[in-house]
Amino acid sequence: MSNSLPELTIEAGRGERHYWQDLWRYRELLYFLAWRDVKVRYKQTLVGVAWVVVRPLLMMAVLTLVFHRIAGMREASGVPYALMVLAGLLPWQFFSATLAESGNSLVGNAQIISKIYFPRILVPISTLVAGLVDFAVTLLLLIPLMAWYGQWPDWTLLLLPAMALVGALVTLGVGISLAALNVQYRDVRFVIPFIVQFGLYVTPVGFRAGEVPDDWRWLFDLNPMVGVVEGFRWCLLGGYPPPSTTALLGSVTVGVVMFAFGVRHFRRVENTFADVI
Amino acid sequence: MAASITTEDIGKCYRIGHETNRRYPTLRDGLVDGLRSLVSRRRSDIETFWALRGVSIEIPEGQKVGIIGRNGAGKSTLLKLLSRITQPTEGRIRLRGRVVSLLEVGTGFHPELTGRENIFLNGAILGMKRREIERKFDEIVAFAGVEKFLDTPVKRYSSGMYVRLAFAVASHLEADVLLVDEVLAVGDMAFQKKCVGRMDDLASKGRTVVIVSHNMQAISHFCERVLTLADGKVVADGVAKDVIAQYVASQYTGSSNVFSESVGDDGARRSGTARFKSIRLLDRSNGSAAAVPMGDSLEIEVVVESPVELGDCSIGVGISDELGRRVATLTSLMLTGYYLALDASTDNVFVFSVASLPLLEGTYHVSLFLVASQKDYLDRVEHAASFNVVPQDVYGKGRIPARGQGTVFLNADFLARGGEAK
Repeated sequence: MSNSLPELTIEAGRGERHYWQDLWRYRELLYFLAWRDVKVRYKQTLVGVAWVVVRPLLMMAVLTLVFHRIAGMREASGVPYALMVLAGLLPWQFFSATLAESGNSLVGNAQIISKIYFPRILVPISTLVAGLVDFAVTLLLLIPLMAWYGQWPDWTLLLLPAMALVGALVTLGVGISLAALNVQYRDVRFVIPFIVQFGLYVTPVGFRAGEVPDDWRWLFDLNPMVGVVEGFRWCLLGGYPPPSTTALLGSVTVGVVMFAFGVRHFRRVENTFADVI
Repeated sequence: MAASITTEDIGKCYRIGHETNRRYPTLRDGLVDGLRSLVSRRRSDIETFWALRGVSIEIPEGQKVGIIGRNGAGKSTLLKLLSRITQPTEGRIRLRGRVVSLLEVGTGFHPELTGRENIFLNGAILGMKRREIERKFDEIVAFAGVEKFLDTPVKRYSSGMYVRLAFAVASHLEADVLLVDEVLAVGDMAFQKKCVGRMDDLASKGRTVVIVSHNMQAISHFCERVLTLADGKVVADGVAKDVIAQYVASQYTGSSNVFSESVGDDGARRSGTARFKSIRLLDRSNGSAAAVPMGDSLEIEVVVESPVELGDCSIGVGISDELGRRVATLTSLMLTGYYLALDASTDNVFVFSVASLPLLEGTYHVSLFLVASQKDYLDRVEHAASFNVVPQDVYGKGRIPARGQGTVFLNADFLARGGEAK
């Protein structure tokens, strides 16, 4: 019987050979960490879980007011402005909330990390899973609103999962990189709110990508969230124009590259987290 | 029998930069250092410190091993390497079977979550499958005795309940190899007994156990083999009783000492700042306090050397018993209410004076620490000196409290009260 025990060799300066296997073995922890984050988030709040519903609706109202009513920007191909904003908020809120959470996640879990072993990458990933809850709620909100406006989806709805995958790749890539950087350089804490705030203006959340002057489009399209946000609208709202090829290609490329870079960087430094955190 | 744990020449090296002013490296520093290292290869301001080096041990399946040594000897580092929390700088570790580490009770407990929720969360963090937790749930709850409070957030638990629940989860893990750090000392007496019983249980099932502790009694009760670490190396390895006796004997360091630059055993010593130069323990007649009678006076005289003038300091003295348990702490801030200023001198002499030492017979160790404005340790010397307390008839009735009756004796009276209550 004793021969059946698993063996493990740890060698200085070598990555774990069991890395991906370990990740699979600890998959339940991923679920528990995400579950903890969701549970804790709305404890001791007055309005509680209602925040999940109130937040995107408020954002939708404010952005519609500012960009549509005040700045006078127009809707595209008959899609109601408020709906367009909400469909754009869907991936954007997911991105910004996950970024804010995951950037600080390792430092926030320092206590656990310095006392017990588990694949560290689960921590930033779990914030993404926790973000899925809000994502799902906003998606559900969209249904009655679309019915109210009489706006129906097209065949493009079938492409939504693929689009969500691209969004998740971009988010995870940026999130993992920032989380790892934050362990050593606490500057990241100040960079994240900046990215989130600034991002709202360089990403077409409150407006359409079509509003951007053609001369600047190439620069604008470098932002990986442009393709994702426009893509979501195209998938969800029938008749909405498809995202430009450059924006879409940009999202996929940046997403894959950021993800690969993030995971690589994370694996390179994760063994020393316990020493520097 | 096959070995559960084998280590080959493992070592762990930490960098200690001279970062007296900055706690965290910032991105800017990283960029600047990076550029600098492009220009010149040498980074002279980084010192390395080997917390552990050249450690090769083999622990057969089912053996109970205790690891002892002074603070900073590398015990915790060894445990962290074995439990994979951090990676060795050199060498190789081979582990057989499921390894579970208990470096702290209640790792990952979230105060906002209920007892029930925390059992699942903590179990998952410790590496249990959900099924496994569900199967053992009732057993865990019964062991901790928190049935009534399962749905109360643990932030409302008393500290005793908290610790009981945490230990209960941890001790129900199914592990082949268990790594434990000082967790035996939790909870009240009754619960401690339960803990020890539970540990005995685990041990009798043929698990391999490695325990780090300062509690020699617990170690000698539980372990058959003991390793002593000093300065990151294994200096003794053998039958528990022998190694412990040898270790305890080696702890007596004399009643006066002059520290060399390198005496610090925890890497806290740095050149360029204030440091302790020497210590003397003096008795009533200002002779060396090799043996202080119970209730007599004791003076602890320390000399501090500082290359610069320093304000906002505090000097502290810790007194611990033979088993490493802290008995008392004195700091200059506590006694005077003021921060201390050090002159740029090699002889700042300070005295802690205890008029009547309320300790029972035994050997006690003095450690020193020098703190700047409450947070940064400028210097720290563990086991700076030792003294013996010898019996004296403190109550004047010819009956002297013995060692087994506690750690201290109290200045007290006994009388009968008049009236009906009699």
